[in-house]
Amino acid sequence: MTTEKAILTQDKTWFAACRVEDVVENGGVCIKYGDEQIALFYFTRRNEWYATQNECPHKKQMALSRGMIGTKGEEPKVACPFHKKTFSLRTGECLTGDSCSIKTYPVKVEDGLVYIKVDIH
Amino acid sequence: MKIIVVGNGMVGYKFCEKLIAKKLPNAEITVFGEEQYPAYDRVHLSDFFAGKKPEDLSLAPASWYADNGIDLHLGDPVQYIRPAIKLLQTHKGHIRNYDILVLATGSSAFVPRIEGIEKQGVFLYRTIEDLHLIAAYAKKARKGVVIGGGLLGLEAAKALLDLGIQDSHVIEYADRLMPRQLDESGAEILTNTLTSLGLSIHTGKNTARICGKESITGLEFTDGTSLETDLLVVSAGIRPRGELAVEAGLETGMNGGIVVNNFLQTSDPSIYAIGECALYNEMIYGLIAPGYEMAEVAVQEICRLSANSTQRTREFTGYDMSTKLKLVGTDVASFGEPFANGPEVRNIILKDSAKGIYKRLNVTADGKYLLGGILVGDAKQYNLLLQTCKNRILLPQHPEDLILPVREGKKEEGTGITALPDEALICSCEGVTKGAICQAVSDQGCETVDEIKKCTKAGTGCSGCLPMVKDLMVHTLKQQGKYVRNVLCEHFNYSRQELFDLIKLHELKTYNEVLDQLGKGDGCEVCKPAVSSLLASLWNEMVLTKGNDTSQDSNDRFLANIQRGGTYSVVPRIPGGEITPEKLIVIGQVAQQYGLYTKITGGQRIDLFGAHVSDLPAIWSALIAAGFESGHAYGKALRTVKSCVGSTWCRFGLQDSVSFAIEVEERYRGLRAPHKIKSAVSGCIRECAEAQSKDFGIIATEQGWNLYVCGNGGSKPQHALLLATDLDSATCIRYIDRFLMFYIKTADPLTRTATWLNKMEGGINYLRNVVVNDSLGMGAQWEAEMQALVNAYQCEWKVAIETPEIRKRFNHFVNAPGEKDPTVQFDSLREQKKAANW
Repeated sequence: MTTEKAILTQDKTWFAACRVEDVVENGGVCIKYGDEQIALFYFTRRNEWYATQNECPHKKQMALSRGMIGTKGEEPKVACPFHKKTFSLRTGECLTGDSCSIKTYPVKVEDGLVYIKVDIH
Repeated sequence: MKIIVVGNGMVGYKFCEKLIAKKLPNAEITVFGEEQYPAYDRVHLSDFFAGKKPEDLSLAPASWYADNGIDLHLGDPVQYIRPAIKLLQTHKGHIRNYDILVLATGSSAFVPRIEGIEKQGVFLYRTIEDLHLIAAYAKKARKGVVIGGGLLGLEAAKALLDLGIQDSHVIEYADRLMPRQLDESGAEILTNTLTSLGLSIHTGKNTARICGKESITGLEFTDGTSLETDLLVVSAGIRPRGELAVEAGLETGMNGGIVVNNFLQTSDPSIYAIGECALYNEMIYGLIAPGYEMAEVAVQEICRLSANSTQRTREFTGYDMSTKLKLVGTDVASFGEPFANGPEVRNIILKDSAKGIYKRLNVTADGKYLLGGILVGDAKQYNLLLQTCKNRILLPQHPEDLILPVREGKKEEGTGITALPDEALICSCEGVTKGAICQAVSDQGCETVDEIKKCTKAGTGCSGCLPMVKDLMVHTLKQQGKYVRNVLCEHFNYSRQELFDLIKLHELKTYNEVLDQLGKGDGCEVCKPAVSSLLASLWNEMVLTKGNDTSQDSNDRFLANIQRGGTYSVVPRIPGGEITPEKLIVIGQVAQQYGLYTKITGGQRIDLFGAHVSDLPAIWSALIAAGFESGHAYGKALRTVKSCVGSTWCRFGLQDSVSFAIEVEERYRGLRAPHKIKSAVSGCIRECAEAQSKDFGIIATEQGWNLYVCGNGGSKPQHALLLATDLDSATCIRYIDRFLMFYIKTADPLTRTATWLNKMEGGINYLRNVVVNDSLGMGAQWEAEMQALVNAYQCEWKVAIETPEIRKRFNHFVNAPGEKDPTVQFDSLREQKKAANW
């Protein structure tokens, strides 16, 4: 339902998700935003932040925030802990050849707080 | 030459793409499309509900048309055509002349005449517009029904499930699902699978009336039964869009299909029709591959006209309607003549209702050729069978082998690919042959599937052929004698053994140090766990410290095994399988308190399933307080040392196997290795502990112990081999120390001891020389290194619960600690629970 909302409305807002130190280095945590679960990744090695849906579209498991992150070439990616399907953290595209993709969210850090751009519920 | 294309669906777009590639001089191309979106991938329409956006499904953005000089008009359907003066007018009032007109108007959903079909809450399933409407209405719907149990109907039913309508039904007029593709048994297996996924299937039902005042409230059937529903999706087949052609006086068929010849010309030679609106040989081709083939033929024909040539190169002669698709996660395929029967035909049928698998091959009576078949539940062999059928390849002596599950001793691949002729069509969507793929590898240097996709377009349509493309690539590379160096991944140009020595030499302690000093880039899910395992094997430091937590495999990161639904299982160590009644009671109490499913494992311990990640620290606090410690069931590490009771109770027992098993398990507990390690100790040669199926197994003799190594169960069971006989306990331990260190240092990642030995030159004799005769002179060093690891052991769970920094990571939501994942669901089974199906 969230995807469908995103298409029909343009109403977005920056949501203050957590503090920088709440997030593991070079890994992910799960953010609760209403009924939405967002995987937030701090790619410390590259000093980059990413956010995606937490659900792996393959078997619909809320698990991507527990996955290992890394790169394929220059492309940052996350591997689902269940069956190691990998997805681009930048575009959400599946990198292991499946047609499924994941939603991504813009992230910004200000004054030690991490903000995620989300659809207004 | 003015070319106008009416319709901007997949086939209309493909026509433009192919025409542009020909670079015709003086071609002016105009496209009129009815929908608001530029051409999109209708085949994967239901992905829209699984999170895809319209842009994701788009075949080319509007800018592509502009870049290629195509005049694209969206939302502007053509209203009429006047063939006599080669002119058309559109809805928005454009009047255009053409030299060539191509009708790619596609098809529309067939709407059956049912009373009440105009009510609110009744939808079609055809366009992105339809999906928007369904998605919006579904928010207030709790029950949903799909009329039509064909391909598209089942896609629609999956869409309803994806939209969260759990009570979803499928109504089919015929006596079974997918009557065009499946026979009765195939449909029965598919029905069972779909039912287990939560869909209710009703066959042999004819809808008489749609009930409700303004909005739908239910359906009534001709047999007098009824079904309540809030939403109805009608997917009862397609009708070609031939209105324009009828009005223009072109020849059309019964259902409005536009009659075409072998060159896709309609009854007016300046007008062509391609795709689902075209009626060729009294048949509508409702699949994408024949549509693309029609586009190709029409393009070649137009090029011929443009060049004033009389030589025709390609014609359309019908198309194979074989299909393979994934329906709600289940493979369904039918090819050739799926229903062939009678005295001239031999049917070979495999049906496994427990596994949800049905396979049928129709073979000529002499057993030589494949005529067609059906695959449900497992369609891995589809491509091979299709090629065997299409190319009339002689069948092997026992054609049933083609569909039987692969067993030990038989190669999974092999016979198939190499036997195919070069002209065998591998990708039927894009028309790519085996020869073209092999050539891409050998002549154009493609060495990955992605490169082949870019180079040949193979696998860019339905992507069903990709496994075959990969096999062809590997096969071709091997033929060229290409050597693939055994490196870890793109980030490390070393083998595991080389890395082990380098990490030790440089005394590196964290994954980031290893990557900085020995690798490049930013790591991945292959090198992270492999390097983490090496660090643990070398230094045995608590795996979650020093920032190494996120370089662990997920199970190691949470010190538990992730299970379906995202909960974890907990396995406390029970050395040798010996446990006091008091400890058994504690396990029972913990399981009761946290609502866990309990099961005895194969390794003589107890597994507790269904623990929420945020409950793990409390569960372990209770277990540790009762004297338990981590069982490392989550790690590539020593698992269990099984035992039989031996001489303490058994009248045949020669030695105290339980005490020795406990000693061995407590020595190597927490030892991380390239793969998991299992062991067992039996008290006599009756071997009740099954030691000969373990990575190292010990069997009591009158004089002491016999030591066996490199066995395993699993997918390829292998018996352990005898390494040394009649050892005293201390010598036995020393040999195991050496054996394990040798394995840890030299095995490839994720390689069990059996596979490691199988690859070892000289085999067990060489290994015996190294371990028993110390032929490498490493014995003393390995024993010392093992002793250091043993001394460094600490229970990881004890450290985790006592270290606040680590403990706080055991939460599902970082911004709502303690709150559990609300999507976790359980079903009940035999008075316990189980994970809900996925």
